Amino acid sequence: MSLDRARARTEPPAPETVTPRRGRGTELVLLIFAIGIATFAYVSVDLGALGRVPPNALAYLGGLSAATAVAHVVIRLRAPYADPVILPIVVTLCGLGLAMIHRLDLADGTTRASTQLTWMAIGVTLFVGVLLFVRDHRVLSRLPYLAGLAGLLLLVLPLLPIIGHSIRGARIWINVGGMTFQPGEAAKIILIIAFAAYLVQTRDALALAGRRFLGVDLPRARDLGPILLVWLGALGILVVQNDLGPSVLLFGIFVLMIYVATERISWIILGLLLILAGGFAANAVVSHVAERIDFWMDPFIDPQGQVAQSLYGLAYGGLLGTGLGQGRPELTPIAESDFIGSALGEELGLTGLIAIILLYALLASRGLRAGLLLRDPFGKLLAAGLAAGFFLQVFIVLGGVTRLIPLTGLTTPFLSLGGSSLVMNWVLVALLIRLSDAARRPAPPSATSSSTTDTAVTQVVRIR
Amino acid sequence: MNSPIRRISAGCLLLCVALLINATYVQAFWADDLNARSENRRVLLDEYSRERGPILLADDTPIAQSVPVDDEYQFQRQYPEGPMYAPVTGYYSYFFGRTAMERAQNDILSGDDDRLFVRRLIDLVTGEEPRGGAVRLTIDPAAQQAAWDGLTESGYKGAVVAIDVQTGAILAMVSTPSYDPNPMASHATEVQQETRDALAADPNKPDLNRAIAQRLPPGSVFKLVTAAAALESGDFEPGTEVPGPAEYDVPLSTNMLPNQNGRACADGTPTLTEALRVSCNTAFAYLGNQVGEDALREQAEKFGFGTQPLTNDDMNAATSVFPAELDDALLAYSAIGQYDVSATPLQMAMVSAAIANDGVLMEPYLVREVSGPDLVSPIERTEPEERTRAVSPETAQELTEMMVDVVENGTGENAQIDGIEVAGKTGTAQSSADRPPYAWFTSFAPADEPSVAVAVVIEDAPDTARDDIGGGRLAAPIARDVMEAVLGS
Repeated sequence: MSLDRARARTEPPAPETVTPRRGRGTELVLLIFAIGIATFAYVSVDLGALGRVPPNALAYLGGLSAATAVAHVVIRLRAPYADPVILPIVVTLCGLGLAMIHRLDLADGTTRASTQLTWMAIGVTLFVGVLLFVRDHRVLSRLPYLAGLAGLLLLVLPLLPIIGHSIRGARIWINVGGMTFQPGEAAKIILIIAFAAYLVQTRDALALAGRRFLGVDLPRARDLGPILLVWLGALGILVVQNDLGPSVLLFGIFVLMIYVATERISWIILGLLLILAGGFAANAVVSHVAERIDFWMDPFIDPQGQVAQSLYGLAYGGLLGTGLGQGRPELTPIAESDFIGSALGEELGLTGLIAIILLYALLASRGLRAGLLLRDPFGKLLAAGLAAGFFLQVFIVLGGVTRLIPLTGLTTPFLSLGGSSLVMNWVLVALLIRLSDAARRPAPPSATSSSTTDTAVTQVVRIR
Repeated sequence: MNSPIRRISAGCLLLCVALLINATYVQAFWADDLNARSENRRVLLDEYSRERGPILLADDTPIAQSVPVDDEYQFQRQYPEGPMYAPVTGYYSYFFGRTAMERAQNDILSGDDDRLFVRRLIDLVTGEEPRGGAVRLTIDPAAQQAAWDGLTESGYKGAVVAIDVQTGAILAMVSTPSYDPNPMASHATEVQQETRDALAADPNKPDLNRAIAQRLPPGSVFKLVTAAAALESGDFEPGTEVPGPAEYDVPLSTNMLPNQNGRACADGTPTLTEALRVSCNTAFAYLGNQVGEDALREQAEKFGFGTQPLTNDDMNAATSVFPAELDDALLAYSAIGQYDVSATPLQMAMVSAAIANDGVLMEPYLVREVSGPDLVSPIERTEPEERTRAVSPETAQELTEMMVDVVENGTGENAQIDGIEVAGKTGTAQSSADRPPYAWFTSFAPADEPSVAVAVVIEDAPDTARDDIGGGRLAAPIARDVMEAVLGS
């Protein structure tokens, strides 16, 4: 890392004076493709299921284009150097999710797609809000403990008596004025911000070597406090909310970020051991978890159950899929939410599912790349935490529905039906856009010295 | 911090590859197994929601058809005549598979057959729902009805096969007791399961097609084969006198083989014609020993023993057996259709049919043609095919005259039809002392210009005293009714 910074500092100023590629034109072209794919998917659903073009196809195209245009224009104005690939991927994923939800609407006689479109509009509004009000990501690092507290508060909200709400056995919802939210989705982002801010401050202590064991430098015992605290917190969420997904995700993100901050692999090993220990404990204590593991080992103990139906759907789709509107994804329970990945795999086939996985991977790689390019440690940590956490979530949910790993309750970002998840993922993407803009923005010569003054101190302490 | 970010990126890439490999495994490699699992409702819905083609009789009456219904499966398989045609149609059950024609012609009926490929392409372009093709059988509804009535009216357990002697087309195929295939095609799993369990538990095996899939000792009807071998050998003629005492001294053995009534045939030296007329055991045991094991087996095989019939129709018919490596004692019993000789009703109908058709055995068949979903454009029509020359035309003529004599003056009098000459042979086969004998009859008509051959077997006749069970008494009237039905139509 020090080497990288040295390289950055000694970089000849010449390329910075040349007008840098902002990529907004590329983004526009990609967005037109994305909207095209989304609209085509929406129309194909009706063609496949009903044999007609949906009467509101143009309205759909218009709405989607308007929301996308707003996002694009705000990027042009407020984050002109942002990575041009991020927004088109998000629009494509949202479009595929909307098409599948619409397809399941046709099967179930519901109108959830229009609700989801409304949520997307709200998501874009928050996206715009983040880009307008967070002009520099570093302001987010100012109040780590307050952010941490806020995150925790959001996490425990569903446990409160009146507003707390339980759906399908998972107590992760709150009900305010007839609308339900999953505050955990917001908590995740706020906690990632808090982790990044906290780790920037404490990483030097955490990086100090303790005892050496099997060729690995273990952290000092007294520095174990924070990770144990987060671990206990995650276990607490698991036991109280009866939901394995968020707790594994949260703890996993924390371990990844502590590793990025300290560059010590021992934290990862420690984290994995703690996950295993927690998993064993949860398997013994929480019935939900043991059941999930049983279904993972043999999905066919309930042939009409979630995992079995998901696998049948995927198999039915095969290589090329049944075509949108022509499969039977409605046979898979909660296909519009947790299992939307398998619903898409059924109708778009292995080909479509691979494309979706690669879109996620590309999005995560763009976030990680921003982390590499950024010069301030908070930004690096935040970008790595958001991007890796995002992909971890994708892995946990898609791995669960395709029976790679035991199933846990998490939403599939941008695809799943659900307002809180969609809106908060737009916020997450806004942060990634902001970070990538900062990463790719040519640094003004004067700014270089000021931004590195605080890190220059750590530079002295660091051994490697 | 860049090197951990790079490592994390590599980690994400690893997770991504794991997802891709797993998805490929599930959707490309595991998919066939998953699709084949019986509780997979997607495949079930697919299968049921396709309009399966009908199975039709010679006069286009459907005996299996798919009719639209107002549930999620869209089509219900129906068998309008139920049990009467069940041995032919079989059943179509999602959970327990398909049997008989539903199995043998599944590709045509479901529309998956390669010969329907162009049709499928057209459907794809025009947006028509794909439909299955139709299967037209050779079964004559009048003959089938006559055979069914004959067996069921007295509650017999048995089977009837009727064949068009000139083509080999099967005109009737009845097996009783039968079962109703309709509940096996039910959309309700429990109904299928219950029906299946009841079928499996029934000691009468109603789902066994006794006409083609069960071999029984043919007894005296096999004497036709022995007679044919004797005539073909050149050493015997219908008028040749042979020894026909009350008991035959079985070679290499102290056993005595008696006649059914315990008396000598004719004056003790009946002619061949007389021996057949009274179904003389001792004379035919003697004839078997005279022509020898090899000649008798060869003759049996020329009539179809030892070769599976109906393979073109893929109907899983049983292969009738003439036993191997006989000594003279066992040969004597085999010559009268006892010991290990066993034959299906279809086989015995083929013996009569070959004799009727100037000695030429036609390949039996059940499917007349298969056609596309529109029912008019035939895809394939079965051409009658010679299977073997069983006997010379002269022998065939002599056997015909002998068989006519059986019906006019002998054990087969119950098969007589007014104004039509009938040729036939009875059989009453003992299997073991603890069960009643099998009553057989095989015949053809008209004797001068034969068109139909029939074989009837009655395994069990409730309410009939053991001594009254005989081919002539029980089986011949059914054969007569079936022949009348064919000739009348």
